[in-house]
Amino acid sequence: MAEYSAFALLKNALSGNTDWKPAWRKAAPKPSYDVIIVGGGGHGLSTAYYLAKEHGITNVAVLEKGYLGSGNVGRNTTIVRSNYLLPDSIRFYEHSMKLWENLSHDLNYNVMFSQRGVLNLAHTPAQADDYIRRGNAMRHQGGDAEWLSAAEIGRRVPGLDVSAKARFPVVGGLLQPRAGTARHDAVAWGYARGADRRGVDLIEHCEVTGFLREGDRIVGVVTNRGEIRARKVGVAVAGSTGRVMKLAGIDKLPIESHVLQAFVSESIKPFVDSVVTFGAGHLYMSQSDKGGLVFGGGLDEYNTYAQRGNLPLVEEVMSEICAMFPAIGRLRLLRSWGGVMDMSMDGSPIITKGPLPGMYLNSGWCYGGFKATPASGWAFAWTIARDEPHAINAAYTLDRFNRGVLIDEKGQGSTPKLH
Amino acid sequence: MIITCPYCGPRDLVEFSYQGDGNRTRPDPASTDQATWNDYVYDRINTAGDHREIWQHAGGCRVHLTVVRSTLTHEIRSVALTRDAGHRRSGGHRRAEAGDSTGPVSGSAEAQP
Repeated sequence: MAEYSAFALLKNALSGNTDWKPAWRKAAPKPSYDVIIVGGGGHGLSTAYYLAKEHGITNVAVLEKGYLGSGNVGRNTTIVRSNYLLPDSIRFYEHSMKLWENLSHDLNYNVMFSQRGVLNLAHTPAQADDYIRRGNAMRHQGGDAEWLSAAEIGRRVPGLDVSAKARFPVVGGLLQPRAGTARHDAVAWGYARGADRRGVDLIEHCEVTGFLREGDRIVGVVTNRGEIRARKVGVAVAGSTGRVMKLAGIDKLPIESHVLQAFVSESIKPFVDSVVTFGAGHLYMSQSDKGGLVFGGGLDEYNTYAQRGNLPLVEEVMSEICAMFPAIGRLRLLRSWGGVMDMSMDGSPIITKGPLPGMYLNSGWCYGGFKATPASGWAFAWTIARDEPHAINAAYTLDRFNRGVLIDEKGQGSTPKLH
Repeated sequence: MIITCPYCGPRDLVEFSYQGDGNRTRPDPASTDQATWNDYVYDRINTAGDHREIWQHAGGCRVHLTVVRSTLTHEIRSVALTRDAGHRRSGGHRRAEAGDSTGPVSGSAEAQP
């Protein structure tokens, strides 16, 4: 019987809800493991889950400096999409989308995946051409995309200003109907419980302070709770990649850490039922099930490890959302926060063996890591278990920069501002 | 954040444009060494702590500044004119000035007519 079900709910209700098991044990570190995953966020937890489920490797520890899911998995704007242009990206994010579509069932944990559609607004004919090209590329690779006229968008998103008087008139939009949102914390908790029940030790408040080496080889980690040895060590620490990899003697990577801010408004009645992005600036917005408008924009655009941003970006995001939805101009902001992004120099991720023997790296998620959570863990687990990448992450190497085979969605060249 | 421009005094972040990591030195353009260029174009030290970086006072006097700023707290330790900051120059490269530290010259305001 599934741990969470209508029957279990009824049974526990009758016994006063005192028999529920905690979703994961408070594990203490053992002296050694087959695999250690550094980082108990979405990607680390899903890696541990798929290592156990797909590859039968259960002697695994996930080490988290804070509490599980205290980083970017709880700081994003919960958007899930696979609307990419290049084959390497589409293949990977489509795989992720397929995992999302079955994730609640697979985990027996409701991640509230809602395929409410992601609509990218185009504001110039050139942008429309670009989006239509991307839509065609998506469809060509087996994904889903539809082109909507301004009139269709006006009917679909009533709050949007699609008039010719708008500051940036909408000429059309690219819709990915299968895209949408998911409950971000539930994703972390669902993967955590799934990994825990298969025997993985989830060790919270365990900070990695160094790596154990034998020659060049990584053979474990030093933590504030002692040394832990492992045959393989995977690093999935997002914005902290630079700091953690320096502990292993890797001083330079094609990554910069930047802050991305996100915002939520006070709750209002149902206003927008899909994710809408603003093409004349950089803004993406959806409405949560609690009624708050959840939105974000671009980076603050300076190197930082602080999980907070500055006011100029706040002002920019607010002016964009008011240009897009004039009706919400008087809504109050409830909260804003920041997360540290591992911005790779071509806007695409890194899931690879290395850079040292015994080590595996999962990084470079820029600000698109949440939607990748299932496929990232799935592909990272494959790479760790088999010592070679799966086809979906074969291109996500660290040496692609050196070899000149970048996965540059935007065609913009080397800059840590892409995603 | 408030950056104190040596010419204009303390000014709000919104007036400044971030030109990136100031720890890099543009290689000699005649160099064909792949590792050198790869290091310059892609690799970053991504410091957690005091970080040397280039800002331009784009909404003010347009001067390039070498700023040392903590990436953990955003506290600014020092601000100096990039041309005086002892930025290392590559040999024989005429444009070896402020814009150099920030990548291709076309990306900096100095190349504007």
